[in-house]
Amino acid sequence: MHKLIRQLAAMAGLVLVGALLSATLVRLAPGFDVDEQQMDARLSSESIEALRQARAQDRNLTRFYLHYLGRAAHGDLGQSRTLDRPVRELLAERLPVTARLAGAGLLVGWLCAVLLAVGATMARQAACDLAATVLGGIFLSLPAAVLALLFVFANAPAYLVIALVVFPKVFSYTRNLLAKSYNLPHLVTAYAKGLGPLRILLWHVLPVAGTQLLAVAGISVSIALGAAIPVEALCGISGIGQLAWQAALGRDLPLLVNLTVLVTVITLAANWGSDLAGQRFRTAAA
Amino acid sequence: MRRVRQFAWLLLALVVLASLGAGLWAPADYALQFRETPNSPPSHQHLLGTDELGRDRFSRVLYGTRVSLLMAPAAALLSTLLATLVGGVAGYLGGWWERAAMAATDLFLSMPWLFLLLAVRAMLPLNVSPMTSVGVTFLLLGLLGWAASARVLCAGARGLRNADFVLQARASGLRGMRLLALHVMPNLKPVLAAQFWISIPVFIISEANLGILGLGVAEPLPSWGSLLREMESFTSFGFEAWKLVPLVLLVVVVSSFQIVLSHDEVYA
Repeated sequence: MHKLIRQLAAMAGLVLVGALLSATLVRLAPGFDVDEQQMDARLSSESIEALRQARAQDRNLTRFYLHYLGRAAHGDLGQSRTLDRPVRELLAERLPVTARLAGAGLLVGWLCAVLLAVGATMARQAACDLAATVLGGIFLSLPAAVLALLFVFANAPAYLVIALVVFPKVFSYTRNLLAKSYNLPHLVTAYAKGLGPLRILLWHVLPVAGTQLLAVAGISVSIALGAAIPVEALCGISGIGQLAWQAALGRDLPLLVNLTVLVTVITLAANWGSDLAGQRFRTAAA
Repeated sequence: MRRVRQFAWLLLALVVLASLGAGLWAPADYALQFRETPNSPPSHQHLLGTDELGRDRFSRVLYGTRVSLLMAPAAALLSTLLATLVGGVAGYLGGWWERAAMAATDLFLSMPWLFLLLAVRAMLPLNVSPMTSVGVTFLLLGLLGWAASARVLCAGARGLRNADFVLQARASGLRGMRLLALHVMPNLKPVLAAQFWISIPVFIISEANLGILGLGVAEPLPSWGSLLREMESFTSFGFEAWKLVPLVLLVVVVSSFQIVLSHDEVYA
C-alpha cells in the first residue's frame, strides 16, 4: 500500500512538472501576449488597451501556471484558437476514437509479434529466423507516415498501421528474450529429459519472460500513441493525433499543450499499470 | 552474417559518397524547374523523371539524401552530448543529482516523441527559409532526443563511479571534473558511440515523418521527408515505380544501419 501511494505521488509529481514545462512553452512562445482581436481596425484604443490588460495578467509565469492549474482542476482546459471550441469538449470527442484505433493496433501488433517470435524461436532454423528478422527489420525502417499512405492507397484499415509500427519493436525484444530463455541451463535439462516444446514454453519460458514482456507493454502504448499522429492525419481519422497535427499547423499551443499533458498522463498510467501487473505476475510465478 | 554486415557497410558508403558528390553528379539544381516537362517519365535527360513542378527527381534525391544523411548525424551528436551532460555527469555524481536527472529523463521518456516534437515545433514559425527549417528540424530532434541515451549513460557512469581504478585515482588526489574527463568519460566511449549510431536511423525516420506531415524541411530544399511527401499525390504505383526511389533509399539506408548496429562490438 505504501509503495502504491509512493508511485501515485511520483506520477502526480511528474504530471505537475510536465504541466509546468508545457505552460512555460506556451508562455514563452512568440506572439503569446498578442491577441488577434488587437489587429481589428474597428476597435477603439480603449478596447485594445482593455484586451492588453487582460493578457498582461498572464505575463508572470508563476501566476500563469497557477491560473492554468486552477482552471484545469475545475475542468476548464481553455479554448482552442484554431477550432474555436473548448479543449475539454474536443478531447472528450476525439479521445475515444484514438483509444479504439490504438487499442486495436496494439492487440494485433502484440499478437503477431509474440506468435512470430515464439514460432521463430521454437523452429530453431536459421532460414526461419532470418525471414522473421528481415520482416521485422523492413517494418522497423518504414516511417509510420509512409505506412499510413500505403494503407490509404490499399484501402486497408488504419489500425493495422499502428500494429505494424508496434510489431517490429515487440517482435525483436520478444525474440531476443525467448532466445535467452531457451538457452538457460534448466531448459536444456528439461529438453534432455524429454519435456514437450509446448510444456516447456508454457511452464518454463513464458513465466520467466512474462514479467519483462509486461514492461514493454507500457512502452508500446507510448509508441502507438506517437504513431497515431501520422496515421490519423493521413488517413483522415478524427482522433487526438489528427487534432495534434492540426494544432501544430495552426500553432494552437493551448490545445497542443493540453494534448501533450493528456498523452503523458496516459503513458505514465500505462507504464505504471504494466509495472504493477509485472509485480503481480512475478509474485504469482514465485 | 559477417558478409551481410559488410554489404550493409558498402551500401551505406555508396549512398553517402553519392550524396556528398551531389553537386558533381546531379544533372540539375534541386530547385531548377523544367516547365515544359512536368511529371515526365524517366529519360536520358531526367533519369528518374520530373516532379509536378518540372524539377529533376534524380537531382532532388541526391541533394535530399545529402541533407538527411548529414543532418541526422549532427542531430545525433547533439543529443549524445546532451545525454552525456545529463546522464553521464548525474551517474558519476550520484545522490540528489542522479535522482533529479533521472526524474527529468523519466518525464521526457513518458511524453510520446512525436507529440513533444509537434508541441515544440509549433512554438516556432512555420514559414521560415529552407535553410532555417533544416536547422530548426534537426536541432529540435537533437535537443529532444537525449532522454533514452541519458538513461543508458547514467547506468554506465554509475557502474564506473566505484570502479577500482576510479577509487585509486580518487585516492591519488584526483577530483571532480578532471577525474570525470580523464578516467570516467574515456571508459564510456563505447556506450557513447553506440548511442550516437543508434540515434541516426531514429532521427532519419523522425524527419521523414515530420516532412510528410508538412512540419519538416521547407520547400524547395529537398530531404527524404519532403521527397516522400510527394507520395500524397500518387494515384497508383503500378507503372510509376521510379517515384518510389526515395522510399527505397530510406528503407535501404535505415536497414543497413540496423544491420551494422547489430554487431556486438557496437553495443559493447
